[in-house]
Amino acid sequence: MNGVLSVLLDIFRQPSIIVALISLIGLSVQRKSFSDVLKGTVRTLVGFLVLAAGAGVVVGALNPFGDMFQQAFNVQGVVPNNEAIVGQVLLTYGSAAALIFFFGMIVNIALAAATRFKFIYLSGHVAFYMAAMIAVILGVAGFDTWAVILWGSLAQGLVMTMSPALVQPFMKKVTGTDDVALGHTGNAGIALSGLVATLVKGKNPKSTEDIVFPKGLGFLRDTTVIVALSMGIIYVIVTLFAGPDYVQSELSDGQNYIVYALMQAATFSAGVFIILAGVRVVLAEIVPAFKGISERLVKNARPALDVPIVFTFAPNAVLIGFLSSFVGGIIGMVVMVFMGTAIIIPGVVAHFMTGAASGVIGNAAGGRRGAVLGAFANGIAITFLPLLLLPVLGDLGFSNSTFSDADYGVVGLFLGGLSSGAGQLGVIIGILGSLAAVFIASIALRGRDRRRAQSEQTQEAQFART
Amino acid sequence: MKFLAVCSTGLGSSFMVHMNIEKVLKELGVSGITVDHADLGSVARGDADAIFVGRDIAEAAEHLGNVVVLNSIIDLNELRIKVRTEAETLGVAIPNGAAK
Repeated sequence: MNGVLSVLLDIFRQPSIIVALISLIGLSVQRKSFSDVLKGTVRTLVGFLVLAAGAGVVVGALNPFGDMFQQAFNVQGVVPNNEAIVGQVLLTYGSAAALIFFFGMIVNIALAAATRFKFIYLSGHVAFYMAAMIAVILGVAGFDTWAVILWGSLAQGLVMTMSPALVQPFMKKVTGTDDVALGHTGNAGIALSGLVATLVKGKNPKSTEDIVFPKGLGFLRDTTVIVALSMGIIYVIVTLFAGPDYVQSELSDGQNYIVYALMQAATFSAGVFIILAGVRVVLAEIVPAFKGISERLVKNARPALDVPIVFTFAPNAVLIGFLSSFVGGIIGMVVMVFMGTAIIIPGVVAHFMTGAASGVIGNAAGGRRGAVLGAFANGIAITFLPLLLLPVLGDLGFSNSTFSDADYGVVGLFLGGLSSGAGQLGVIIGILGSLAAVFIASIALRGRDRRRAQSEQTQEAQFART
Repeated sequence: MKFLAVCSTGLGSSFMVHMNIEKVLKELGVSGITVDHADLGSVARGDADAIFVGRDIAEAAEHLGNVVVLNSIIDLNELRIKVRTEAETLGVAIPNGAAK
C-alpha cells in the first residue's frame, strides 16, 4: 500500500505531469477527439520539460555573469527577465505553481461572474509567471503545500480579475470601447503611467502620433535578437570591469574574455528562446479551454489581453514609451550604484513591453507629455520594485535574475510584507480582506452605475418635456 | 495549408489572433487550414501560406513572404475580411461564403 502511495506521490511531485493533467482536463472539456487529447497531453508534458531544459541554459549563462559582476563591482547584479527567473522557480516550485495557475483561472471566472469586474485574464504566459511568484512567496512564508495552493489560487484569481480593472479607465481612452481590457503583469506600472499622464496633461495636449518618426527600428521587436544584443553589451561592459585575468583564469578556461562574454550573452538569449518555446507548448491547450469556458459562464465577459493589442493604436507612443521607460531604468540603476544596494540592470524586454504600453496609455491620457513622463514613471517603478522584491523571494533573491514587471513587485511586496510583518495569519487575512474589498467595490460601483443611468433617464425625460 | 499568427514573443497577442482566425475559419465553414502562432525569431519564409501580424511589427516581418498586416489585432471584422480574402486567394472552398 505504501509502495503505491509513494509512486502516486512521485507522480504528483512532477510539475510536468501536473501541467499535462491540466491540459488533459482542458482538452476533455473542449470535447476533443481521443487522438487530439492524447497528442495535446503528451505535448504539454514534453513542453514543460523543454522549459526546464531552457532554465538550465539560462542559469549556465547567468552564473558566470553574477561572478563577474561581483568581482567587478562588489555588489550583486540582477537581470530582470521573467523567463529567466520563472524557469528557475519552476525547477523547485513547479507543481504548486501549476496548480495555482489552474485554480487561479477558476477563481478568476468565479469573481468575474459574481462581481462587476468582468475581466477574464487571457494572457496565460504572464498569469503562469505570476502563479510561479506567488508559489515562491507563500512557500518562503512557510505554508504547507495544500495551503500554498489554496491561498495562492485565491490571490492569483484576485490579481487576474483586478489587475485589468486598474488600467480599464485608461484603456477606454485608447480603444474607444469598454469591450477589451489589458491583461499583463505590467498593469500596475501602466496604470501609474495613466495617472501621471492625467496629472501632467496641461491644457491642449498634443498627440505623439503627429510626430514623424524614422523607420528602421523594427528589429526591436524580435525578442531573440534584442535579448542577445542588449545582453551582449551588458556582458562586455561587466567583463571589462572584471578584467581579462579574472575571466580567463576563473571562468573561461583561457578563452578570450570578450569572445567568452559574447558567447555567454548569446547563450542567455538561447535559454530564453527555449523557455519561450516551452511556455508556448504548455499553454497551447489550456488557454483555449479557459477562453471557451469563461465565455460560456460569464455574461458580458471582457477579455484582458496582452500589451501588443494597444501598440497599433499609437506606434509613435510605443517608441517614445520604450525610450522614456528605459531612461528611467538607467537613472534608477545609477541611483542604486550610489545607494550601494544590489544593482537592477534595465531589462530591455520589460522596458519595451510595459514601457511601450505605458507610452500608449500615457498619450491617450495626457498627450506627448503624458507619454514621456508616464512611461518614465513606469521605468522607475520597474527598477525599484524588483529591488524591493529580492528579499521576499528567499534563496531565489540571490539568483542574479528576477521578475521584471510592476505587478510582481506590487503583489510580491504585499504578500511578502504581510508574511514578514504578521506571519502566515497576516497573509491569510490580507488575501481574505482583498477579497472582501473587491466585493464591496463591486457593490459600490454597481450603485454608482445605476444612479448614473437613472440621472441620464431623468435628464432625457426633462429634455423630452421641454 | 497553414495560417500563422506572429508577434514578438509568440505568447500572448499572436495566440489570441490564432484563436480568432480559427473562429473565423469555423464561421466560414472552411476546413483543411491549420492555424498556429509563433515568435518573430523562429519563423522563416515558407513556414506558412499566410502570416498574420499586427501593424506594429509589419516592418520586422517583411521578409517572411505572404504577410497579412492587421491594422488592429482586436478588430474581429477586419480579421474576418482578411482571412476570407486569403482563403479565396489560396483557392480554398468557402462553404458558408454567402452567409457573410
